[in-house]
Amino acid sequence: MDLFALTAHEILELLANGKVLPDEVETSVRGRINAVNPRTNAFIRTYQENKTPANAMPIPIGIKDNICVKGRPVTCASAILKDFCPPYDAAVIEKIKASGGVILGSLNMDEFAFGSSTESSSKGIVHNPWDLERVPGGSSGGSAAAVAAGEAIWALGSDTGGSIRQPASFCGVVGLKPTYGRVSRYGLVAFGSSLDQIGPITRDVTDCARLLSIISGFDRRDSTSVDLPVPDYALGLRRDVRGLRIGIPKEYFIGGIEPAVEKAVRAAVEFFRKEGAVIKDISLPHTEYAVATYYIVATAEASSNLARFDGVEYGLRVLPDKPRKTGIVDMYEETRARGFGDEAKRRIMLGTYVLSAGYYDAYYLRALKARTLIKNDLDKAFTDCDIILSPTAPTTAFKIGEKTSDPLSMYLSDIFTIPANLAGIPAISLPCGFDAGGLPIGMQLMGAPFAEEKLLSTAYAYEQANGWHSRKAQL
Amino acid sequence: MITNDTVKYIASLSRLHIDDADLSRFGGELQNILQYVDKLSELDVSNVPPTSHVFRVENVFREDTILPSLSPVEAFSFAIESHDGHYKVPKVIE
Amino acid sequence: MDFETVIGLEVHLQLNTATKIFCGCRNDFGLEANTCVCPVCLGLPGSLPVLNRQVLFSGMKVGLALNCAINTFVKFDRKNYYYPDLPKGYQISQFDFPIAKNGFLPVITGGQERRIGITRAHLEEDAGKLIHDDRTNATLVDYNRTGTPLVEIVSEPDMRSAQEAYDYLTALKLTLQYLNVSDCDMEKGSLRCDANVSIRPRGESKLGTKTELKNMNSFSAIRRAIDHEVASQARTILSGKPVVQQTLLWNEEKGMTIPMRSKEQAHDYRYFPEPDLVPFTLTEEQIDAVRRALPELPYARLRRLIGQYGISEYDGTILVGDKLAADFFETAAAMKVDIKKLCNWMNGPLMKELNDRRCRIPGLKLTPQDLVALINRVEDGTISNLAAKDVLSDIVETGKDPNIVIREKGLAQVSDDAQLETIVDEVIRENPQVVEQIRSGKASAAGFLVGLAMKKMHGKANPKILNTAIQRRIANV
Repeated sequence: MDLFALTAHEILELLANGKVLPDEVETSVRGRINAVNPRTNAFIRTYQENKTPANAMPIPIGIKDNICVKGRPVTCASAILKDFCPPYDAAVIEKIKASGGVILGSLNMDEFAFGSSTESSSKGIVHNPWDLERVPGGSSGGSAAAVAAGEAIWALGSDTGGSIRQPASFCGVVGLKPTYGRVSRYGLVAFGSSLDQIGPITRDVTDCARLLSIISGFDRRDSTSVDLPVPDYALGLRRDVRGLRIGIPKEYFIGGIEPAVEKAVRAAVEFFRKEGAVIKDISLPHTEYAVATYYIVATAEASSNLARFDGVEYGLRVLPDKPRKTGIVDMYEETRARGFGDEAKRRIMLGTYVLSAGYYDAYYLRALKARTLIKNDLDKAFTDCDIILSPTAPTTAFKIGEKTSDPLSMYLSDIFTIPANLAGIPAISLPCGFDAGGLPIGMQLMGAPFAEEKLLSTAYAYEQANGWHSRKAQL
Repeated sequence: MITNDTVKYIASLSRLHIDDADLSRFGGELQNILQYVDKLSELDVSNVPPTSHVFRVENVFREDTILPSLSPVEAFSFAIESHDGHYKVPKVIE
Repeated sequence: MDFETVIGLEVHLQLNTATKIFCGCRNDFGLEANTCVCPVCLGLPGSLPVLNRQVLFSGMKVGLALNCAINTFVKFDRKNYYYPDLPKGYQISQFDFPIAKNGFLPVITGGQERRIGITRAHLEEDAGKLIHDDRTNATLVDYNRTGTPLVEIVSEPDMRSAQEAYDYLTALKLTLQYLNVSDCDMEKGSLRCDANVSIRPRGESKLGTKTELKNMNSFSAIRRAIDHEVASQARTILSGKPVVQQTLLWNEEKGMTIPMRSKEQAHDYRYFPEPDLVPFTLTEEQIDAVRRALPELPYARLRRLIGQYGISEYDGTILVGDKLAADFFETAAAMKVDIKKLCNWMNGPLMKELNDRRCRIPGLKLTPQDLVALINRVEDGTISNLAAKDVLSDIVETGKDPNIVIREKGLAQVSDDAQLETIVDEVIRENPQVVEQIRSGKASAAGFLVGLAMKKMHGKANPKILNTAIQRRIANV
């Protein structure tokens, strides 16, 4: 039995019955990393953390490289952080450690989570375990690839515009972006602070519920954290979908979607209809403005969030060569020029531009208002539906290099995932089929704020009846 | 229109050194994206309030009580350069 | 050409909260470098700010004391710029919804009362400290000060001379001291001030081009810097050149200004709402509660002291200038004492004791009761004014009851009639010629006898009583 291929809940059952020991699980997973990571490049680094004594759930977990683990490097897959080791644990890491979780190491990602393919990493691109010529999606491409490849039982990702859900979709795993404020951002290296959430990437919905229960909860150190009790999400999974109102937004089924994706998602709709759910055609009229809105808001925040990487305190410092070497400003400019990749530079400049004098109203302020319209669309839809169902991404995993020359086309691959971040609502991606080439297809369920339980039980009903999650990538 | 001068200005605001050879490439890419996001000008937002925080959470405070600071070892564990209990950087005023 | 000077001031005030504005590090001055820092105030990746409740309340106090309207909706914004003392590359500040706006401060200047407008007061975080180290030819950074809570108080361009600016700052500092929200110590940097200065031909309503003056470390330096800048702008205009809008650093030793480098001046701060902090709403009830809890402020107190005790504006201003002195005065004034005498004693001999010791009232062991007792011993003739000053010097150090000191030092004026009569008899007997002069009508000669008698009594006599006794005795003989 390959322990690395099991889900966390399966492993916990074996552990509870005394059939395996925690160390055996860890050894199996680490062995798998050694075996396949050279091909996936999902992990940037692995390390051995001290075991916590209360090892209630000793599940090997991978951590996206933008979440702080005390005394371990965190680089956001960027050269600019060099070998920076934070002197503190992120709130979610405290919770993982308290649960007995076994932290395996740091997972690859797009530099600073800027991307949808994990090709902008300074630590090399990540390969999709289903087809090594293809991208795993992004920005949490390392997290999704590791879970799909058996390199981690489960993983943490972060989602600013779809960075958990789109790679989950591309890698045939489950990924959930919680409601904004459900999970503390303390210790997550910020990209778009008003959009970022940490969330689970797992092999099935049950694990997703369990990991979400571990990492959720109020945190006084994050002012935007919401003080609401955390249910045991795994306990609420078995719920009938009869009578559930599922909205199908017409704006999510327009040109640009691959036929196989549309077919699989429509089939899922039919499944729910047969199970007694009420299917409603709905309209989210401002959907077409979501990408534009997002790229203004997210880059504006990012341009400011990334200002701290300046070569003063920590990380990389590069002094320019003699002729230009004059002082601190030159050190800033040279450090940042060498430390950031092109996509980071583009986003920093775009964000700087939309906030600069004379452009603030035309771009940034207008985007904040468009955000209101997009959020209002969704708020209104949820007065009438429990769930909104759509594809997670318009396509399956694309070829490495296919979109790198055209930043805008890359941005548009996040078109279905971005609205949930703009509106702060929870959304899950789960496998709903495969295309002709055997690449996984994902569907997205969005819910009202703090409706994670409903998302998970709906996803669970689908997963158990259709079983797509049991198909594994062959490596 | 994003001219090379605009790219230079934005890059200097962002404290990014951009080689002259790359100015027009970045300019073109920014131009493309800005053209796309200009889509928002189609919207009538005159009576729409802006959303800077997605939920109306308000009044989150901490009490004025002292918490432990980092130890000197921790505080300098990641320092690029330090001298005599200070972080050290190239001279600011020359 | 006759110019009018226009001055607006920006004052940065460090609040004396126990902890920093967004983290639990100690908010203290003079600690070893980089010993009160944490991931939040070092701006480490992943750290997040949470507002110190006390900071918002101190900000409200300052706003209300400056007669401002308090915004019921308050938010924070990021001000983006790069400097090594600013670890995040942005300063968390307030842009469009500051804690307070549209206020004024009454200032007595040039013998007149003026209201200097307060544009706004907003909350923000302080930056770290840079030390330019010539030995290593590098800059050293201490982040202890990063995250110290600040209130920035921006005045209207309402001041018309360097002296007015000085008087405004003095009144402002006093008001802030009464609030007890800051130690207001310019030497420690807990109160800092930048000045915006322009001039225009008198009668012109349009403002001239302004320059911003920085790096002044005392109120008198501010006055000097402004005077210097006004003269410099006038020279520029008179020579037919335009004033250049720029930031100037004041050099106190050389008494001149140096322009900041243009690279550091080109600012586009790109303010936007701080996503990591939520907005704050204040209710009218909360604002009213803070307003009610405000102490009586110096200007109001001055007006009341004048009205209630009939003291002069001059005396009142001195008393109010030190809240603790004014408190002392009022406690004493509630006792049985001549208010005018009390006032004179406080602003005279007591002030001298304070100045001699370079301390304030709590540094002395003097109670209001004892000062009143001392004044009343002079009034009832027990001791002379001169002796009383001597007693005061003693009791401010020892805290002893003045009556005991008078007795111990034997300073009480002799009121024993028998002893007094004996002495008077003596001087009359020993100075027959003088007595003759007095009898023949030269009354002033009596002073000579009084002096002699006083000498014999080692100064412990009341000259009035002596005089009366001598006159009576001569008349009776």
